[in-house]
Amino acid sequence: MNKELKDSIPTDSEVILGILNNSESVLKRMYVAYFPMILQLIINNNGTADDAKDIYQEAVIILYNKIKAGDFELSSKLKTFIYSVCRRLWLKRLSHMSRFGGDIRDFHDHMHVEDEVEKQGEMDIQFSKMESALQLLGEPCKTIMEDFYIHNLSMQDICEKFGYTNADNAKTQKYKCLQRLKKLFFQ
Amino acid sequence: MNEYKLQEEIERYLNGEMSPAELKQFELLRKENTTVDAKINEHKDFTKLLKQYSDRLALEGRLNAIHDEIDVHTLAEELMVHPSWVVRLWRNHHSKISVAASVTIFAILSVMFLTGKMTNQDSQYIALRREVGNLKNKTDKINQKLSQNNKNEKFSSVEKFRGTGFAITSNGLIATNYHVINGADSVYVQNSAGRSFKAKVLYTEPASDIAILKIVDTAFRNLGAIPYTFKKTESDLAESVYTYGYPQDAPHFDDGKLTSEVGLNGDSLDYQVSVSVNAGNSGSPLMDSKGNVIGIVQAKQTQLEGVHFAIKTSYLLDAIHNIPADSLTRKINLNTKNTLAGLSLVQQVKKLNNYVFIVKVYQ
Repeated sequence: MNKELKDSIPTDSEVILGILNNSESVLKRMYVAYFPMILQLIINNNGTADDAKDIYQEAVIILYNKIKAGDFELSSKLKTFIYSVCRRLWLKRLSHMSRFGGDIRDFHDHMHVEDEVEKQGEMDIQFSKMESALQLLGEPCKTIMEDFYIHNLSMQDICEKFGYTNADNAKTQKYKCLQRLKKLFFQ
Repeated sequence: MNEYKLQEEIERYLNGEMSPAELKQFELLRKENTTVDAKINEHKDFTKLLKQYSDRLALEGRLNAIHDEIDVHTLAEELMVHPSWVVRLWRNHHSKISVAASVTIFAILSVMFLTGKMTNQDSQYIALRREVGNLKNKTDKINQKLSQNNKNEKFSSVEKFRGTGFAITSNGLIATNYHVINGADSVYVQNSAGRSFKAKVLYTEPASDIAILKIVDTAFRNLGAIPYTFKKTESDLAESVYTYGYPQDAPHFDDGKLTSEVGLNGDSLDYQVSVSVNAGNSGSPLMDSKGNVIGIVQAKQTQLEGVHFAIKTSYLLDAIHNIPADSLTRKINLNTKNTLAGLSLVQQVKKLNNYVFIVKVYQ
């Protein structure tokens, strides 16, 4: 793939198909294509390049999940969607930091995306709870949980990996770990 | 069934590892036992969240990898909107600028307040009168110097204030402004030939700013018939008018139009005229083109160009009428025969010369 093609902006349907097919190159081309737009928005509205990265990635994740969930309708341009989500996220962030002067300098058209941003916000809260629960869980429970529930390793594999004498011991350990994780998560 | 066992069953159920018989039995249990059902749902959601969480972590990792390949710094330089230096100055220093501006505004307001610029119209009128007085003071100082140089001047002391007066009778009654002679110790009038005569204040009407003087000097001879008459009715707008008075040592003529029938703030005492008058003109007769006295020059508005005030003659006539009879040696007979009427302006002014006096005030 030559550089010309790699850097060109993919069409909206190309992006949707690419993400559904887990195409790394389409994701990359889309990411590179729209990042400057968001960087421009953030750094000209009291933000830094790091803020731009955070906001943009959050928007890409929203888009990604929406496409994966199959409920992304191409009612507007992808560009407008990304810009609107970032704009909304940044306004939220600004008011949270009390840095919002009541006026935002816009560079593109935008639309209402409050619902998407709101949904994402709820998910983010769940994820940060999960993250801290896993942190508190500690080893080896954390790895056992990840291996079994995320990487779908069998109990036999886990038994060997952690050197348990038999699968029953491993199962008991896994059960205890899960109970603790749930306790940490729901408290 | 203990917790541990149940948990294992749930996992097997959700992963589809149960045999058809087991499945049927477990679903029956689930239907009957709501706590088991809740446990199943909870476990399902929880493991789903765990999975989503790991997906999210993986995606973030991928995005970060992509992001690291972008030269963010150069991009940011290009995309930063550089506002004009005024805007940058404002953004960086707006608090300081605001403070400076408030201090400035406060300072200006205080100065305006202290200097009386913010007081209302009424006190402005008083200030205006004082202004006229100040101007008079200045011209008087010049006059003092001039009169000191004058070898023919009979008086060793010099007068403090000056105005103008004009004869209303041939036997030496002079009309002038009350503010001219206010506070006088002694008053002299000087004719156009430079002769001074002692006078006394016969009658004043401070409300209409009118004073009547009487020449009491023994050297005074009868003036002869007064050439002008006094107009009883009000004059009309746009009428041509002129004054003849002594803003300096030499007599001064000026003409203009009657511009308003009311004075400052609608004061019906005064006319407004476009005749330019100066300090020392106070008490000068305001004449119309037919040789009638229609007013007494009184004051001017310092803040507006060409706004001057003259007291209407009717108030002068009232004042003459109000002079107590015991202060008069004989009844006042005002001239009724106008000898100026048919004359040109030049001729009128020449005749007027003998009947207009400098009023000198000593304190």
